[in-house]
Amino acid sequence: MRRSGTRHLLSMADLDRDDIEQILNLTESFAEVGERSIPKVPALRGKTIAWVFYEDSTRTRLSFETAAKRLSADTMNFSVSSSSVNKGESLRDTIETITAMGIDGVVVRHRAAGAPHQVAQWTDASVINAGDGWHQHPTQALLDLYSATRHLGELDGKHVAIVGDINHSRVARSNAIGFAAMGAQVTLVGPPTLLPPSLAGWPVEATHDLDSVIDDLDICYLLRMQLERQGQATVPTLREYHQEFGLTSARADRLGSDALIMHPGPMNRGVEIAGEVADRPNAIITEQVANGVSVRMAVLFLLLGAGLEPVDHNLAVA
Amino acid sequence: MPDLVLTNGTLVDGDGTRRADLRISDGLITDIGDHLDGATVIDADGLIVAPGFVDLHADLGEPGGEEAETIQTGSRSAALGGYTAVVAMPATEPPADSLAVINQIHDLARDALCEIVPSGTVTVGRHGEMLSPMAELVRAGVRMFTDAISGVQNDRLMRTALEYASGLTHLADGLDVVVAQPGAVESLAAGGVMHEGEWSSRLGMPGQPAEAEELMVMRDIALARLTGGRVHFQHVTTAGSVDMIRAAKAAGLAVTAEATPHHLCLDHSACSSFDPVFKVMPPLRTITDTAAVRAGLLDGTIDAIATDHSPRTRQDKERPFLDAPPGVIGLETAFAVANTELGADIETLVQLLSTNPARIAGIGDRHGGVIAVGRPANLAIIDLDHEWTITAAAMASRSANTPFEGRTVRGKVRHTIWNGDHVVNMGEATR
Repeated sequence: MRRSGTRHLLSMADLDRDDIEQILNLTESFAEVGERSIPKVPALRGKTIAWVFYEDSTRTRLSFETAAKRLSADTMNFSVSSSSVNKGESLRDTIETITAMGIDGVVVRHRAAGAPHQVAQWTDASVINAGDGWHQHPTQALLDLYSATRHLGELDGKHVAIVGDINHSRVARSNAIGFAAMGAQVTLVGPPTLLPPSLAGWPVEATHDLDSVIDDLDICYLLRMQLERQGQATVPTLREYHQEFGLTSARADRLGSDALIMHPGPMNRGVEIAGEVADRPNAIITEQVANGVSVRMAVLFLLLGAGLEPVDHNLAVA
Repeated sequence: MPDLVLTNGTLVDGDGTRRADLRISDGLITDIGDHLDGATVIDADGLIVAPGFVDLHADLGEPGGEEAETIQTGSRSAALGGYTAVVAMPATEPPADSLAVINQIHDLARDALCEIVPSGTVTVGRHGEMLSPMAELVRAGVRMFTDAISGVQNDRLMRTALEYASGLTHLADGLDVVVAQPGAVESLAAGGVMHEGEWSSRLGMPGQPAEAEELMVMRDIALARLTGGRVHFQHVTTAGSVDMIRAAKAAGLAVTAEATPHHLCLDHSACSSFDPVFKVMPPLRTITDTAAVRAGLLDGTIDAIATDHSPRTRQDKERPFLDAPPGVIGLETAFAVANTELGADIETLVQLLSTNPARIAGIGDRHGGVIAVGRPANLAIIDLDHEWTITAAAMASRSANTPFEGRTVRGKVRHTIWNGDHVVNMGEATR
């Protein structure tokens, strides 16, 4: 945001370490709001945010919605399934129509990579990417970074494995950039069929052998194995996937006592993670969800409220 | 039509380069010499006079895609680019798989600003099942068949098409009937919207590996060997394809190939903008591939520069990259882009843009070749050194999807003469 000089949040690649730290510091302040008896501040009163979700989402939309309400913003939902989109309206016409109503922010999810980048060209509102195809999901990466730093402190030199279907995962693309920007060592783990065809330009290493890195990890980040992708035969069976790449009880036992188990949800217990492992104390999966609200408050506030100048936290949470 | 005289131009054609005046009467070149005069004189001092260009590969919209282009606007675009003939691709709606559609295209081209040469589909409806009535279409003037876009996937059907076409020479004035292959192996390429590699991986978009194209080139070289049929490879894009075609030619096989202006200078990093104007099929490849395409054009492995002119409406090119239809326009910019980016001399450019494609299209009797007395006056008159900035808004095409918007290029077509008709005068279409 500072580096790109834009008022949008489209990709983790647009943020440098200072930007990320600014967001995480502000998140800390907003997390406190959520603990109050009336968890609401007037920071975005009078601002209107539209949810434009071209792809189904429950948890991300609820998380953004909660964040906006805690900031006293007005929200409106552009529901694709019951709207003009089904009558053939173009993305551009839809965005221009919505923003003509006087919208300050547009939170976009789309099944096509780059759709939020296009939207940003067609509106004066701030555009926040809530997930575009396999490309990016920056607020997920930010909430993961916040969650990790809460437990581990600075991430410099920490070893993070992102395990699973990297190629089809916007979470993986966002987190690989985000963790690396914060100084962590990132290893992608998956079978060749689930790794990107090329890792040129990625600040990561890759392996097909989870057991070769498991003892060394500070964070084992598991991706959802998308059952619906089975038709493409990227792995023989989910049972075999679990054996080779799942965080089984035996593998979880090999993690250091301080190592974190993370997952963006929704989980397939018994596939990428053994059911029992997901409930261990070092699995912070539910905490990630809670932090998502605070991170999204910080992002919405930075983009729609105070801007990117040094933030007066007292004003924000007054 | 009064005589038209071109003075002081530098003639560049298959016979070499020399300075001479030209007289054009009744659509033909009637005199070549010094100090000619006439009623209408074009001063071509400092300009190149070349045989008019021939595009082997253009979608002209009609019938079926009129919102993006018509034969009239496409032919105007072509004339402005120095073209006197354009082979129209058969992926129209309905497809050009019958005499009725071929006749409709001829009819729509009545007022065109250049010759429109229809190609036919290899299979009925481009469905890849039954052969089109190829003999009937050849009798109507078709010399090139292609199923366009995906090409003929089925090995056996491609073999049959090549064999059948090889028996139609007697209907084609003794020329080979060409089966052109535009496609990649569908089962490997399906779903890919850009080149598979560094940028598709970063951007999170499904890719098409270079090997999907190369497997098809490999197969069709084998089928050319098996059948003796004439295969033409459309829009070749990968270093591997160029190598295989070079080897096939060295082995004496009757294969030819074309490459587009965009594939010789744009690479897949352009897709990082997510601007669908950079979505083309085949996709923009790596800089290794663009260098190989340029080398192939320069050493004669690739015979022709062809535009793959593919007009698309604004709303189509504003869809997300994943969903937008592929294609760029190219007729008005091909010469300038090639002149700027290829590093070829004008003699080579004339080979690639006129002489060779005219031969492949089976229209060498009236296009390309040499500028000589008695030949039809099909000429492009070019200012090689003029620098200009490409702007879609200034183009005659009904569509604006140029990937070269804002790029400064060198070389501008000043005049185009088609069958003696001065269709482009001082860079402006005359109708």
